Amino acid sequence: MELLDNGTVLSLITFLPLVGALVVGLIPRAQEEAYKWAALITALVVGVLSIVVAFVFDYGDSAKFQFGTDLSWIESIGSNFHIGVDGISLPMLVLSAVITILAIIYSWDHWEEPRNPKAFLILMLLLETGMNGTFVALDLILFFIFFELVLLPMYFMIGIWGDKTPRTIAMFNLTTETRLYASIKFFLFTLFGSAFMLLSFLGLYFNSGDAGARTFDIPKLIEMAPHLSALPIAGWLFAGMFLGFAVKVPMWPFHTWLPDAHTAAPTVGSVLLAAILLKLGSYGFIRIALPILPEQAMQWAPTIAILAVIGIIYGSLACLAQTDMKRLIAFSSVGHMGFVMLGISTMTEAGINAAIIGMVAHGVITGMLFFVAGSMHHRYHTRDMARLGGNATLMPKMGFILGFIAMASLGLPGLAGFWGEFMALLGAFRPAAGLPVGLFQTAMVIGAVGTVLTAGYLLWMLQKVNLGEPKDEWAGHEFHDVDRFEMAAWVPLLLATVAIGVYPRLVLGSTNGAVKELVSTILENLA
Amino acid sequence: MGPTLDYLALAPELALVATLMAVLTADIVLPHAQKYWTAVLSVLGLTVTALPILFLLLSDEGTRTMLDGSYVVDDFALILKGLFVAAGYIVILMSVSYIESDRYYQGEYYFLLLASILGSVVMASARDLILLFVGLELVSGPLFLLAGWRKGDVKSNEASLKFYLLGVLSAAILLYGMSFLYGLTGTVDFDGIREVSAGLSDTPAFIMAVLFIMVGFAFKISAVPFHFWAPDTYEGAPTPVTAYMSVSSKAAGFVGMLIVTYVAVPGASNIWGPALWIMAALTMTVGNLTALRQTNIVRLLAYSSIAQAGFMLVPFAVAGVSSDPTAVASAFGATVTYIAIYTFMNLGAFAVVIAGARYTRSGDIDKWAGLATYQPGVALFGLIFFLSLAGIPPLAGWYAKLVMFSAAIGGGSVWTAVLAGIAAINAVIAFYYYARVVKAIWFDPVPDGHVAGKPEQSRSLQLALVITMLFVIAAGIYPPISAYFGDTVASIVGGG
Repeated sequence: MELLDNGTVLSLITFLPLVGALVVGLIPRAQEEAYKWAALITALVVGVLSIVVAFVFDYGDSAKFQFGTDLSWIESIGSNFHIGVDGISLPMLVLSAVITILAIIYSWDHWEEPRNPKAFLILMLLLETGMNGTFVALDLILFFIFFELVLLPMYFMIGIWGDKTPRTIAMFNLTTETRLYASIKFFLFTLFGSAFMLLSFLGLYFNSGDAGARTFDIPKLIEMAPHLSALPIAGWLFAGMFLGFAVKVPMWPFHTWLPDAHTAAPTVGSVLLAAILLKLGSYGFIRIALPILPEQAMQWAPTIAILAVIGIIYGSLACLAQTDMKRLIAFSSVGHMGFVMLGISTMTEAGINAAIIGMVAHGVITGMLFFVAGSMHHRYHTRDMARLGGNATLMPKMGFILGFIAMASLGLPGLAGFWGEFMALLGAFRPAAGLPVGLFQTAMVIGAVGTVLTAGYLLWMLQKVNLGEPKDEWAGHEFHDVDRFEMAAWVPLLLATVAIGVYPRLVLGSTNGAVKELVSTILENLA
Repeated sequence: MGPTLDYLALAPELALVATLMAVLTADIVLPHAQKYWTAVLSVLGLTVTALPILFLLLSDEGTRTMLDGSYVVDDFALILKGLFVAAGYIVILMSVSYIESDRYYQGEYYFLLLASILGSVVMASARDLILLFVGLELVSGPLFLLAGWRKGDVKSNEASLKFYLLGVLSAAILLYGMSFLYGLTGTVDFDGIREVSAGLSDTPAFIMAVLFIMVGFAFKISAVPFHFWAPDTYEGAPTPVTAYMSVSSKAAGFVGMLIVTYVAVPGASNIWGPALWIMAALTMTVGNLTALRQTNIVRLLAYSSIAQAGFMLVPFAVAGVSSDPTAVASAFGATVTYIAIYTFMNLGAFAVVIAGARYTRSGDIDKWAGLATYQPGVALFGLIFFLSLAGIPPLAGWYAKLVMFSAAIGGGSVWTAVLAGIAAINAVIAFYYYARVVKAIWFDPVPDGHVAGKPEQSRSLQLALVITMLFVIAAGIYPPISAYFGDTVASIVGGG
């Protein structure tokens, strides 16, 4: 089929949203229905294409990059338009395409002030181009462009539609609106990391051959891993990439932008941020940092493991200190991404598989949690957990969904959240040969304590928000329970939560072969 | 018998001279109401000037040399001439309504602007000290007058006077250094200087000569610590003149610096390399940190252009320490590429300032708040150019930053890597103040009591915005456009 050859389908998945954004931009502001449909149809087409890719994908050869192309782009620096998907990027691509559809459906009737659906839809579609592009890019410069491209739409989402409550920044002795503070903080943190990441990419480039034969091509650089790893500056190169990816994940202690950005962002912004943007960082570790510089990855693995478990414990404890429901969910991301990074740091098949299924699960579950938190805020006009309570009585459907998804988030076996945590701990029990076993097993134990804390804060949140008697202030209020747009956006996520929970092969079937190959390449290149 | 002249190679200069004479004549002949024809003539003249440049560039006939090697028309010269003409073209488009609306002396204005452009076009070809100096002063001279064009405005007078005094000072320093160089080598010709100076690098007088010349150029490109004139001059001068100064006269300074360092005294890289390393680090850091504190949009752009000059200096430092000829060539190409991209995005940003100020009636960034709500078009242009200046993909500025970083990392030494790190941190700082403008325009509410002006938008200004925007977007998405500049000029240093 022509569609599937020469990278056509992946190019469509990447650039159709951009075209859609232009179309939405050209439709006059008054015709709201028209551009809403234009956006939804674009996202649906992209979603269908991504699912087609998932169906036609050759899972027997999931380590191979499929549906790709490699075209000359910036000849003078040897950077190509090289794209493709393998078993590792496929689940992320599908997740990104599907979440965007759901975000548009959810938005249909939920526009936050100052409304302007047209601009918001344009931003969502631009964001999709950036996200999908990052997952298919196989050239470092291309990856960098898409990696940066997501910043701008999110910056605008937070800055324009974000939380308008005033906030005092102690460090600068300055009072400003939360949205303004959060948006610039988000951008500056990520930019800081990615600037150094770019320097590392250039360092790899200049060591990839003689002038004229240099390359930014990821698979080619992986082939050169033994040479690149042996460079005297390889440690610095890894450090630069670490900075770029770790800020994005975010790992403790680079996480401080996250609670602000998540809390301030409009609902859909939080969902996309949690579900996809954070994964760009952990994906970068798996796709780029580990296989290209395996030796440095081994050297850094204990540090990453330590930071990961600090993140798990810190995130959980911070959750217990929150009064704001959305901020609690934001901090829970720090903990969950800690498990993902713990999995990656073990450098084992189990660990990296755990990381990817953990990324997908976190995308589905935390995305869902932010949806619910947003909808509740929409109804109660507060996120203060002290004022909420008895939600299950006031809005039974909403209460059920919140309870269900919180259970999934705490890692209840049978739901999606379980596998990532469980397998990450399993990986840490027996890390790759050469890594300090004692340290990783300690990390495993601390991580296990973290799962208990995770359960603790989520149950605590459920107790405060869902259970008990409604507060007096809500007496006489009529609450609309979950509406049809919310249902339409949420049911797929709830189904996915169950499906991945009972049948993790949905994700692992795709990733396992690719991860196996990745780990064996890493180990070979180490020797 | 006079010297043999290659009239095709000289065609751009001749066309410019003819244009500026025509403008001056038209100004005398035309009645006051029809003075706008001087602008039309200027635009037509620049279009005619561009034709031989394009022809020579595409004809691929190789280098044309005259006046015993003093005047060279090679790819480097042609690319820069093209760039200067394009920048002049855009500046004239930006000037039309600005100059017309305030009843300035239109004819003289365009005459002076064209004279300055002529200076820069001459400079690009100059391969001896005298021609280079004459070209450079022809760039600056008319600008002393243009900076003070708003006669009734004290700030404009101050701008002009400061620019004049420091311009003369820098010219004197430059000339002093050049006289040393001539005295030591016995020649003004760059090829000759390169040969003779190879054995001079330890002579104190030679070191002084090179440093004096660097300082002279540093004034022109407003590098720290020789930048003090720039913000005041930029703020006081008419905005189109500021745009021109921040782009063309800066680029002219860089052209001089490029030719002298890479072509005339490449052997002295142990002198200018470290000096420019320090200057690059200082210029970007001081420029950026000071820009953070600005509240006026023109002053902000002034400091931003200082900081951008710091980024353009980074590749020099690389060439200074690297012995690898390909690294030197790519460093040379990186600076030219950066200048080319910067030219378009900075002119675009100034066009936005002119367009926006008609509605906000102020250069105060706070007064620009909420521009997006009542002028989304101007706001969108502002977004594009300010983010491009910040280096955010997929706008052209990212590629400028990439080649700069690439040159620095490609230098392969610890020092260049450290400089790349400093540049990386500066790129992040810079984003903050560019984002402040974006924030004011897009995120902030319209200030209380603001009555938006409802001026007629000038067609020529819109054209300037569209041209610069098209370049910034096209060159960002398809970087070979910008890479072309760097690749084409790099041959000048490839052979030594």
